[in-house]
Amino acid sequence: MTSLPETTERALGLVIDLDTCVGCHACVVNCKEWNTGGYGAPLADMDPYGAEPEGAWLNRIHTFEVSPEDAPASIVHFPKSCLHCADAPCVTVCPTGASYKRSEDGIVLVDESMCIGCGLCAWSCPYGAREMDPVENVMKKCTLCVDRIYNDNIPEEDRVPACVRTCPSGARHFGDFSDPQSNVSQLVAERGGFDLMPEMGTAPVNKYLPPRPKAKPECATTTTPASVQAEVGGFLGWLDRALEKLGKD
Amino acid sequence: MGGDGHNLELSPHVSDEIRKTTCYMCACRCGINVHLRKGEDGQPKIRYIEGNRDHPINRGVLCAKGSAGIMQHYSPARLKKPLLRVGERGKGAFREIEWEEALALASEWLGEVRQRDPKKLAFFTGRDQSQSLTGWWAQQYGTPNFAAHGGFCSVNMAAGGIYTFGGAFWEFGAPDWDRTELFMIFGVAEDHDSNPIKMGLAKLKDRGVKIIGVNPVRTGYNAIADEWVGITPGTDGLFILALVHELLKAGSIDLDYLLRYTNAPWLVVQNEGAEDHGLFARNEAGEPLVFDRQQEVCVSSKGKAVKPALNGQVTLPDGRKARPAFELLAQKYLSDEYAPEAVSERTGVSPSQIRRLAGEIAQAAFEREVVIDQPWTDMKGERHEKMVGRPVSFHAMRGISAHSNGFQTCRALHLLQILLGSIDSPGGFRFKPPYPRPIDGQPKPHGGCKPGEPLAGPHLGFLRGPEELLLEDDGITPQRIDKAFSWDAPMSSHGLMHMVISNACAGDPYPVDVLFMYMANMSWNSSMNSGGVMKMLQEKDDNGDYRIPKIIYSDAYNSEMVAFADLVLPDTTYLERHDCISILDRPISEPEALADSLRWPVVDPATQGEGRDVRGFQSVLLDLGGRLGLPGMVKPDGSAIYKDYADYMVNHQRRPGVGPLAGWRGKDGEQQGRGEPNPEQINRYIENGGFFQAHVPAEAQYFKHANRAWSDWAIEMGLQDGPVENVFQLYLEPLRKFQLAAEGHGKRLPPESHRARIKATFDPLPIWYPPFEGQQLDENEFPYHAITQRPAAMYHSWGSQNAWLRQIHGANPLYVPGAICDEAGLVDGDWAFVTSHHGRIKVPVRRMEAVNEKTLWTWNAIGKRSGAWNLDDDAPEAKKGFLLNHLIHELLPPKADGLRWSNSDPITGQAAWFDLRVRIEKADPQDHPVSLPQFEPQEDGLEQPAHQLTYGREWGEGT
Amino acid sequence: MHPAISVIFFTVTSGAGFGLIAMIGAGMPLPGGLLSAFLIPALAGGMAIAGLVASTFHLGRPERAWRAFSQWRSSWLSREGVLAVTTLVLFGIYTLIWMMTGERLFWLGLPLAICALLTVYTTAMIYAQLKTIPHWHTGLTPLSYLTFSLACGLVLAGSLGGHLQPGSLAAGLSFFAILIAWLVKYLWWKRAHGASLSAFGSTMETATGLSAIGKVRLLERPHTGENYLTREMVHVIGRKHASKLRTIAVLLGAGLPLLIAFGVWILSASTVWLVFAFVSLMTGLFVERWLFFAEAEHAVSLYYGGPET
Ligand SMILES: Nc1nc2c(c(=O)[nH]1)N[C@H]1C(S)=C(S)[C@@H](COP(=O)(O)OP(=O)(O)OC[C@H]3O[C@@H](n4cnc5c(=O)[nH]c(N)nc54)[C@H](O)[C@@H]3O)O[C@H]1N2
Ligand SMILES: Nc1nc2c(c(=O)[nH]1)N[C@H]1C(S)=C(S)[C@@H](COP(=O)(O)OP(=O)(O)OC[C@H]3O[C@@H](n4cnc5c(=O)[nH]c(N)nc54)[C@H](O)[C@@H]3O)O[C@H]1N2
Ligand code: SF4
Ligand code: SF4
Ligand code: SF4
Ligand code: SF4
Ligand code: SF4
Ligand SMILES: [Mo]
Repeated sequence: MTSLPETTERALGLVIDLDTCVGCHACVVNCKEWNTGGYGAPLADMDPYGAEPEGAWLNRIHTFEVSPEDAPASIVHFPKSCLHCADAPCVTVCPTGASYKRSEDGIVLVDESMCIGCGLCAWSCPYGAREMDPVENVMKKCTLCVDRIYNDNIPEEDRVPACVRTCPSGARHFGDFSDPQSNVSQLVAERGGFDLMPEMGTAPVNKYLPPRPKAKPECATTTTPASVQAEVGGFLGWLDRALEKLGKD
Repeated sequence: MGGDGHNLELSPHVSDEIRKTTCYMCACRCGINVHLRKGEDGQPKIRYIEGNRDHPINRGVLCAKGSAGIMQHYSPARLKKPLLRVGERGKGAFREIEWEEALALASEWLGEVRQRDPKKLAFFTGRDQSQSLTGWWAQQYGTPNFAAHGGFCSVNMAAGGIYTFGGAFWEFGAPDWDRTELFMIFGVAEDHDSNPIKMGLAKLKDRGVKIIGVNPVRTGYNAIADEWVGITPGTDGLFILALVHELLKAGSIDLDYLLRYTNAPWLVVQNEGAEDHGLFARNEAGEPLVFDRQQEVCVSSKGKAVKPALNGQVTLPDGRKARPAFELLAQKYLSDEYAPEAVSERTGVSPSQIRRLAGEIAQAAFEREVVIDQPWTDMKGERHEKMVGRPVSFHAMRGISAHSNGFQTCRALHLLQILLGSIDSPGGFRFKPPYPRPIDGQPKPHGGCKPGEPLAGPHLGFLRGPEELLLEDDGITPQRIDKAFSWDAPMSSHGLMHMVISNACAGDPYPVDVLFMYMANMSWNSSMNSGGVMKMLQEKDDNGDYRIPKIIYSDAYNSEMVAFADLVLPDTTYLERHDCISILDRPISEPEALADSLRWPVVDPATQGEGRDVRGFQSVLLDLGGRLGLPGMVKPDGSAIYKDYADYMVNHQRRPGVGPLAGWRGKDGEQQGRGEPNPEQINRYIENGGFFQAHVPAEAQYFKHANRAWSDWAIEMGLQDGPVENVFQLYLEPLRKFQLAAEGHGKRLPPESHRARIKATFDPLPIWYPPFEGQQLDENEFPYHAITQRPAAMYHSWGSQNAWLRQIHGANPLYVPGAICDEAGLVDGDWAFVTSHHGRIKVPVRRMEAVNEKTLWTWNAIGKRSGAWNLDDDAPEAKKGFLLNHLIHELLPPKADGLRWSNSDPITGQAAWFDLRVRIEKADPQDHPVSLPQFEPQEDGLEQPAHQLTYGREWGEGT
Repeated sequence: MHPAISVIFFTVTSGAGFGLIAMIGAGMPLPGGLLSAFLIPALAGGMAIAGLVASTFHLGRPERAWRAFSQWRSSWLSREGVLAVTTLVLFGIYTLIWMMTGERLFWLGLPLAICALLTVYTTAMIYAQLKTIPHWHTGLTPLSYLTFSLACGLVLAGSLGGHLQPGSLAAGLSFFAILIAWLVKYLWWKRAHGASLSAFGSTMETATGLSAIGKVRLLERPHTGENYLTREMVHVIGRKHASKLRTIAVLLGAGLPLLIAFGVWILSASTVWLVFAFVSLMTGLFVERWLFFAEAEHAVSLYYGGPET
């Protein structure tokens, strides 16, 4: 049934820290290698060594340039995978029931064996989080690594999404948003985590942390060092006195 | 069965076995867990690669390249069998041959040269991480012509650091991520320490420590920096010295540290015009003198309880005048030449920003002092109750080193660190074992060569003055083909690999007979003037013979260089061979621990693709050594000592008890660092996850340059054989010796042509001068700088064969500052011609604002030759991608003197990649849509690659 | 959005087919006789079915299309499937009776007509429900689909009834139906003109949440090549090109059919001529539908450089 669960027992998802992401694509590729041999169909690549290589990926990094009015432009690397929305339109549009949101933990999944590849769910997602597999022709999306986070075959500490485990700069955090004490809830509270395109009414579970404010080149200078040159004897005079002091210690 | 009525397997089987080894998708050398699972053909296949959580380098994380290792390992560009050229060079036409034929041919070529004139072999290797083997092999062979890629990579950084304080960034040391209070990063896009830097930045972000990025381009690490200094390329030296100016002016320097650990108080002879002017005053024992300001006498700097002066003219016992180095230093940098106002225009950094940054540095260093309750004893025997640190740290890489003023710029940065007292002090920069290694603990370069005999010592090292140059008897002609350790580049500690082909082709200083290369794409992205180099490799003499008669090359893939080889030795992939990241070379240590590691065949090449008949190059090299009868590689009866590289890794001893691997030594494997070979050693490494580490004792964690506990431990571990004195060289005497030679003093004098340049650039105190290429060109004609950056998700040229990575970076645009776009009428998607003094290329353009206003840039090494790497002839890499290298010449613009001046740092010979000056104009829309230059597609005998990939199909649940 | 031929064909053809079914069910006068009772429904059902079949070409896994009937409680696409089948089953029964008895049962025809129109409505709602595509997200979308469907049905039914009633009311009705449908489309276009993503409050700034810092611009796409999203949802068409196509759509879809219908009506000519109006109308609608997709801006484009690039 592609109706959304009214509530979910937990709300698992990611916090992505735009202040820390260096745009290295580690999470992108690790996601691909984990998932291509795992959940559902492999993530296929077409023309992999040809003129127009193109494949299915569950996570991609965009790079934006942001220009303030009074400071130099800056760059923000922007990772994006499924946000596991509470009001996920991709689920309700699905004609087959292939798309669903788990009532246990809120993870939005595609049951690929039921998917007809109509693409409507991808049309309904504002975030571009769903991609059709070019070979199997079924809809692929981030599974929040549902086959890792509960997997008894891997050590407990590794039961986190592949992208989170691999991110070298610690820009991805995984946890339960329904628990206000969880690491992710706390990060969101402390750092002002926000939703992407709130106007779409999707109520995403994943949150983004904003880049911290950057120092401007001409910002007020309170820390300019005082000059010792102006003192008696100039720099060398200062030096003598400083050495004198050292000698006494 | 999951909830919601769907069939969901929450605990699928992951892999049949995990094998732990070391990544080699780049030179960072992270630990990896390779998950193996049975493939369709019943052979083990790689299911998943993840970071090893216990590994000292990456602690579980893995970058994009490492995660794409599967596609690298199964690349359709893998070579399969030894190849013998059948067509003309460059075409890529080969005949497959058997190993026996290949090895016989190679040993015939090499053996003949060794008996006749060993220097006619030029043996150069790339970023292979086995230089302790390749260098030793070349030494036993007897050619003086060996080096790796360091000379074109970042020798300025390495030499600048070693000469100044016995360490450097990257493999030699790292910021104290856990304690620093301010971090400044210069000219780094990615660096070798790829994952550790990112993990370190994450720590700083966690603690809210300010990060300042100094870089013309604001991507990557600079994008997340809290402040960006968008410096004009080639001017960091000025910027740093302006910071020094401000700090001196404010008295924000650590005098106690300078007195204890540096040569600041050493007396410099003041004897204008004489042959000792500017040298240190020394006693009969050769010990530098200082002036004790309490006893008012000149005493040895090595004495205990000395209270040295830092200023004032001193009359030496022999009547000469001298002044402490520090006074010269202070005078120099306090001058208005280095005032923020004076440097602002050139650097593109405003005076107020420079002042504020100096203030922030001073504040962090001196007001947020870090104190660790850890007593320690220094080398003079004095006990210190605490470790007190200046928590300001720096990191820098090729952005400052790949310029012709890079050596001095690197020195300037180290000067800044030392003035702050932040080298190996808590919160500052930390040495990684086996460093510190000052030049007193380093070899000198060795040259000379006799038929059939080994070289007297290692090729590369650190020389101390003109007397140690490697010159012929005329005192001018270089002994080496790359002219390293000659007047062209006297302190070229890593050689000048970028000059080898050009010099060999020109027969300057002499031609070679065999060029033997390993893992370096020299006909393409690792050469300047790539098109020209391709021609040189094809150039013939009047007899119709190639100017470089024989080329042997080892590669694992069908790179651009393969097409130019006569004999190709196919290597395995990194998951199929033994490798050793050795303590004798560049181990994987982190500041807290000495660590080394290995690779081992986690899969057998014979099971990893039809018809694969490849061999690990190191084993092949040892095999050749045996066939050639090289000393150390054969038993008295002439048979080979080492069966293969694994055998060598375990049983070779460089010094008694010290071998390639430090862990589990001794018969029973109980010893570390020193000990007899242990036949079980490799297995012990494998059991431990592929690496070994020994923790540095708490007392030895900081101040290693002067720490007794460190020295004792280093000796115990076999890192050094006795105590080594390490006094930081703010004032670098060897440079002064070259200046004196240029002034006409001493036995060995540079040729007239070189004197002015040496005098001007070999200043014993760090200076700045404009990069050479710019100096020799009209700024109006070439108004802009053009540079490259490494993309995090691509490794030089070798990532493009990777089906996953090439989707991320399949082509590279030239990023052009908005104002330049507007002036040239360029919009996104346009194409433009970019012209340097040497060439003209056509490239796709993209507008960018977050970049220095005079700087154009692009990603490095994305452009490919059509047909290479088993990619389609029309691959975007070939048709839209491009190399900036076509614009960069290995020689400077010609001068009236008719000499071939290399486009390098005058001191170290570091290739000056980033000195490039260009102009840009819009290309006629009709010229679209391919980048220029284009080359004839390269051929290969490889199978047509797949048209679609569904990797992992056999393990998925399917649909 | 990528203007996929299969979907254009589906919406236009099945729209016309269900329009005709609605006209048949509503009791539009049509020729009698067994042949007509066979051929006319065959034409109507054929168009509806051809459209539906074409729509499965758009599916990645057409062999599983049957699964699409299950989610009628939440999914418009599923509802469309269910209604289309219901309509066609009803239409089959209706036709059988017609063929066997020669009678067109009004009590069966009426619900049939309602089902046919509901089917068209659900088709339209597949698009209209999408908040991600402001152009489509309006009640005018189903209105437009319905009026076009009705116009097509009317014109076609009119032309088929031709020899029964020369110069008929059918031509006049057709004229007004076409006129109304294009008036609705005009309103739709007018609204679409103002219904950019930004007018709906979605910008690169809201997409990235970076508005507090400054103006946002895409520097690099995630991958250098295309991907499913860019091909499917970040279709860009030149403004000039679009306005040319719009003119063609209006000339073929409105101008010519109106002229013909008007002529037939005024001159009391044979409504057979309306066949030409129908062909022209359909051609115009193909172009109109192409634009419906091609001009639609999807929110995802904000992550790929904005709808303008
Ligand atoms: N414009 C510009 N040019 C530059 C630079 C720049 O910044 N700008 N940087 C320079 C620097 S610092 C460097 S280090 C060079 C790097 O340049 P190269 O060292 O030439 O770099 P790679 O492309 O990595 O090529 C190395 C070769 O090793 C081969 N290889 C890969 N794996 C194996 C293996 O397992 N065994 C063997 N035998 N071969 C293997 C690859 O196929 C490839 O042919 O580029 C230099 N060129
Ligand atoms: N992913 C990945 N990692 C790699 C490699 C790779 O190919 N890919 N290559 C490895 C190798 S061989 C090397 S040598 C290292 C090099 O690692 P890096 O030193 O990070 O090398 P580059 O990418 O050349 O980066 C040079 C940086 O300096 C900046 N720059 C250029 N000129 C100036 C200047 O005058 N001043 C300042 N302040 N900045 C300047 C450029 O914008 C760029 O950001 O990376 C290693 N790691
Ligand atoms: S791995 Fe982490 S830092 Fe790298 S792109 Fe992904 S989120 Fe950003
Ligand atoms: S991000 Fe897109 S795919 Fe994921 S739940 Fe939200 S709407 Fe659905
Ligand atoms: S593509 Fe698959 S998952 Fe998406 S709406 Fe269609 S049937 Fe559902
Ligand atoms: S949670 Fe798993 S599936 Fe989702 S982006 Fe991360 S690695 Fe990919
Ligand atoms: S940085 Fe990446 S490619 Fe390099 S060794 Fe580590 S994981 Fe491998
Ligand atoms: Mo390098």
